[in-house]
Amino acid sequence: MTILLVIEAEATGLSETARRAFGAARQIGSADILVVGTACADTSAQAAKLDGVGKVFVAEGTEAEGLTAEVLAATVMGLSERYDGFAAAADSVGKNFMPRVAALLDVMQVSEIIAVESPTVFTRPVYAGNFRQTVEVPAGEKLVLTVRTSAFEPAALGTASAPIETVPLIVPETGTARFVSESLAGGERPDLATARIIVSGGRALGSKERFEETLRPLAERLNAAIGASRAAVDAGFVGNDLQVGQTGKIVAPDLYIAIGISGAIQHLAGMKDSKVIVAINQDEDAPMVKLADYSLVGDLFELVPELIQALPKSDA
Amino acid sequence: MKILVPIKRVHDAYLRPRLAPDGSGVDLEKAKMSMNPFCEIAVEEAIRLCEAGEASEVLVVSVGPGACQDVLRTALAMGADRAMLIEAPLHVEPLSVAKLLVSIVEREQPDLVITGKQAIDDDSNQTGQMLAALLGWPQATFASNLERKGAEITVTREIDGGLQTVAMALPAVVTTDLRLNEPRYPSLPNVMKARRKPLETLSPDTLGVDIAPRLKVLKTEEPPPRKAGTRVADVAELVDRLQNEARILRAES
Amino acid sequence: MSERDVIKRETMEFDVVVVGAGPAGLATAIRLKQINPDLSVVVLEKGAEVGAHILSGAVIDPSGLDALLPDWRNDDTAPLKTPVTQDLFYFLTRSGGLRLPNIRMPALMNNHGNFVASLGRVCRWLGEKAEALGVEIYPGFPAADLARDEAGAVVGIITGDMGIEKSGERGPNYQPGMILAGKYVVLAEGVRGSLTKRILADYGLAENADHQKYGIGFKELWRIEPEQHHPGRVVHSFGWPLGNGTGGGSFLYHLEDNQVAVGFVVHLNYQNPYLSPFEEFQRFKTHPKIRDTFTGAERLAYGNRALSEGGWQSVPKLAFPGGVLVGDAAGFVNVPRIKGSHNAIHSGILAAEHLADAIARGRSADRIDSYDAAWRESPVGKDLRPVRNVKPLWSRFGTLLGIGLGGFDMWFQQIFGISPFGTLWHGKPDHQALRPAPQSEPIAYPKPDGVLTFDRLSSVFLSGVHHEEDQPPHLKLADPLLQKQSEFDIYGGPSTRYCPAAVYEWVPDADGSPRYVINAQNCVHCKTCDIKDPNQNITWVPPEGGGGPSYQAM
Repeated sequence: MTILLVIEAEATGLSETARRAFGAARQIGSADILVVGTACADTSAQAAKLDGVGKVFVAEGTEAEGLTAEVLAATVMGLSERYDGFAAAADSVGKNFMPRVAALLDVMQVSEIIAVESPTVFTRPVYAGNFRQTVEVPAGEKLVLTVRTSAFEPAALGTASAPIETVPLIVPETGTARFVSESLAGGERPDLATARIIVSGGRALGSKERFEETLRPLAERLNAAIGASRAAVDAGFVGNDLQVGQTGKIVAPDLYIAIGISGAIQHLAGMKDSKVIVAINQDEDAPMVKLADYSLVGDLFELVPELIQALPKSDA
Repeated sequence: MKILVPIKRVHDAYLRPRLAPDGSGVDLEKAKMSMNPFCEIAVEEAIRLCEAGEASEVLVVSVGPGACQDVLRTALAMGADRAMLIEAPLHVEPLSVAKLLVSIVEREQPDLVITGKQAIDDDSNQTGQMLAALLGWPQATFASNLERKGAEITVTREIDGGLQTVAMALPAVVTTDLRLNEPRYPSLPNVMKARRKPLETLSPDTLGVDIAPRLKVLKTEEPPPRKAGTRVADVAELVDRLQNEARILRAES
Repeated sequence: MSERDVIKRETMEFDVVVVGAGPAGLATAIRLKQINPDLSVVVLEKGAEVGAHILSGAVIDPSGLDALLPDWRNDDTAPLKTPVTQDLFYFLTRSGGLRLPNIRMPALMNNHGNFVASLGRVCRWLGEKAEALGVEIYPGFPAADLARDEAGAVVGIITGDMGIEKSGERGPNYQPGMILAGKYVVLAEGVRGSLTKRILADYGLAENADHQKYGIGFKELWRIEPEQHHPGRVVHSFGWPLGNGTGGGSFLYHLEDNQVAVGFVVHLNYQNPYLSPFEEFQRFKTHPKIRDTFTGAERLAYGNRALSEGGWQSVPKLAFPGGVLVGDAAGFVNVPRIKGSHNAIHSGILAAEHLADAIARGRSADRIDSYDAAWRESPVGKDLRPVRNVKPLWSRFGTLLGIGLGGFDMWFQQIFGISPFGTLWHGKPDHQALRPAPQSEPIAYPKPDGVLTFDRLSSVFLSGVHHEEDQPPHLKLADPLLQKQSEFDIYGGPSTRYCPAAVYEWVPDADGSPRYVINAQNCVHCKTCDIKDPNQNITWVPPEGGGGPSYQAM
């Protein structure tokens, strides 16, 4: 079973997301990589060093600007004969183009796999992560999937370099969206819905000012997004765009630090899929403390500044 | 401009879904069902385009059992003009839905198809994109803004880390994201009027589409419960464990 | 009058407008169509679907259905599949209990021929029957106001405005409610209905009746191990954990599909402001005679509703200019039998017959006195009269003696046809029963174990409750200062305990002073706060349409 993993060229070279996606692909079979973008040199060079990669294809050109779904799908289809399966990270690029590949190949896509049980059996989240579903793809059909990268370990880089080959960027004549512009947030804090680390505060923070004063330095130190419980939002400490919970945002960061949040079930419903949960709370019986992987019981107004001091400065 | 909006009837977004005790999957027998929230946004967007004079007709279509008529009536009550039900079993895969929609598109010749980005039950996030590919149409997924400019539409998309704007010549497919709009409530007078709007029923056979599923669902289960946590004595221990045990924070180099 | 008059509203006309798709409202609608298929009948329901706000034990006496749909027993779709097979009564003490012999129970307490069922499912089924007859049912639209003519008669209802923001301003999705005009309006809102409350006041309908009395009812649906399951078994208890001075008791009913409905009622004339009905219910489940049923079990649903307990003496006048009251809006629950849905249906049938007759004579917007005059001789009155002294005796003499005397009274009537007590009156209204906090003992309730007993927030989660976020709170506090001076200072904040959904909190402000927080989004529409607030300072009004609990089969 040979998989073609499609990754996007990035200025930073090879992202951790791409390395995790490759880790997933390698669990299925042998894997080659297709790098697509306007400037692919760095990414493809590093991709070639991935432990276990067969070959790296590069499809580079100005037409790849915006990484539009039609161009990516057509380019992948140009290589489709050679592979048994196609994979991409379930990021906004992968989610955008990969179903087109599936439709063109007349197969179903398996979206956002979180586990590879076998080369034809995969597990994926359904009902907003409330359940896990295990599905089997039919034998003999091509495999198309997207990968929830947070569920896989990043593949290691070795020293050897796989061969790199250029392939054409295919642009359909008609029916292609035209890239106009892009604006990346670069704002103060990472977006709550996609942040890797979230620092979240509850009503115990006491006031708008104390909420801000206590959490902001910690969020900055960790390059984290800021979230809040419903009670904190209702009390006016922050706006409801920061509300995490059943009626707010549902998040699944790598690290969720809940500060002064008791953990009403409606809140837990919004963050229970976080990889690691830390609770800092006065009340050791609080549901959040019981749920957390690590809990620190005490006065948050003392502990949070202590925590900031104890964290290495350059962490992101 | 004629707009086609496919909608899906799913387990109500605010209810906690449960697994049926016989292992057959999620228990939908007693569950309250509603229009998929992203589909509601799609219907709303289509109606707004009509109200702005950019479109003249909104046709909604749903694939599923007869009970789906209720979400179709809700869409009509929001302001859609016509509704179609493609009568089919409860679970039809995105690939099959896309093929059914291709035949509807060929019948109805819409200029624009707006769908929700994903259904909150299977979370596949495929149907809109597959439909676009089968039709050879351009697509703009995760739309947070949509504007028509003559024979083109400009869509702002939510992407990782920011926003992207694309332009597409019609006909095209758009899938909606949460921030595109806030759907209106159907008013009671409109609910009453919707009962008299046309609702057509079709079958996959007459449309010539094979809807047999490709994927085999082996099991649906709850995620494993979280392991019991650890009480840490102080900040130092917390940082240590986060760095060295959970390996979530990088240690100082 | 109000702003509402200035708003331009669409109007639609019907013969009869029914408020509430519960058993009473649906029975009225069905019977109207049976009598005259040409009548236009509309039913408004505030829940997002029929049954969403219905909660009851329930052991259903089918006499109402037999009268409404005589062929129902041949209908496979009728959701009454589990006949009662066993009736058990217990008096519980902390560690044990006494089974009361069935032979000692008055005949009316016998459940033979009754069904263990979900009233929510029954209502859904009745809704289908109603729609098949041409009744229009509109769930998701509350009746927020009454439309009146110049003479002050009720000529219709006004549905709630939608899209008003928390600030009270009209939001971008604002839509004014519409007027559903009718020759008659039928209020079938259930216990402590908001429009009913106003009608009672406006027309003095309760002037010659006794105070209405209430209980708060809790219910959980559980899936239990097959070895524990005995379909058709009906268990009732009183005694522990409630003290002798607090009325109430439990129920445990075995349904089909390995499910049981377990619940608890606390009479709202309880005196101790520290009493938490929710915690009483939770700890009840830990009783040795009860807890084994729940080994290896999974809790599926939770919900609450106030019950009416006043019975015969408390039924107000049922007719007002332009409309009538049916079902628990009037209060037809038979307290010792713990049943009311059969009377709700009987009252709906009776009302329909009188309404249809009035309309056939060309009447509208007037008082259908004949309906009010007829109920006492109808099946409803015949059911309620023999048990009219049970609640007063219970309230007056406490649980042990009160129930004993109540049993004696029912037996006496069964044998001799009259009561030795005549007709007793209830005590003061429930909201006046609380003792000030300093005169009361706090109760130390056990912590929830998360397996058999739970906290309120995770319980309310299982009610499926949801309200549109951006709307004004639907729990109206008339005098915030009074709440602090009385509810908090004198009574120690009982709302923080009697509310089953943790809506009310007294939270210390930055300067330490207590601030009343109303988490209206948790509200399950039980109406307990409207009933029990010692100053009647809280008024429940319907929130935006469709909001509230989402009971699936309760």
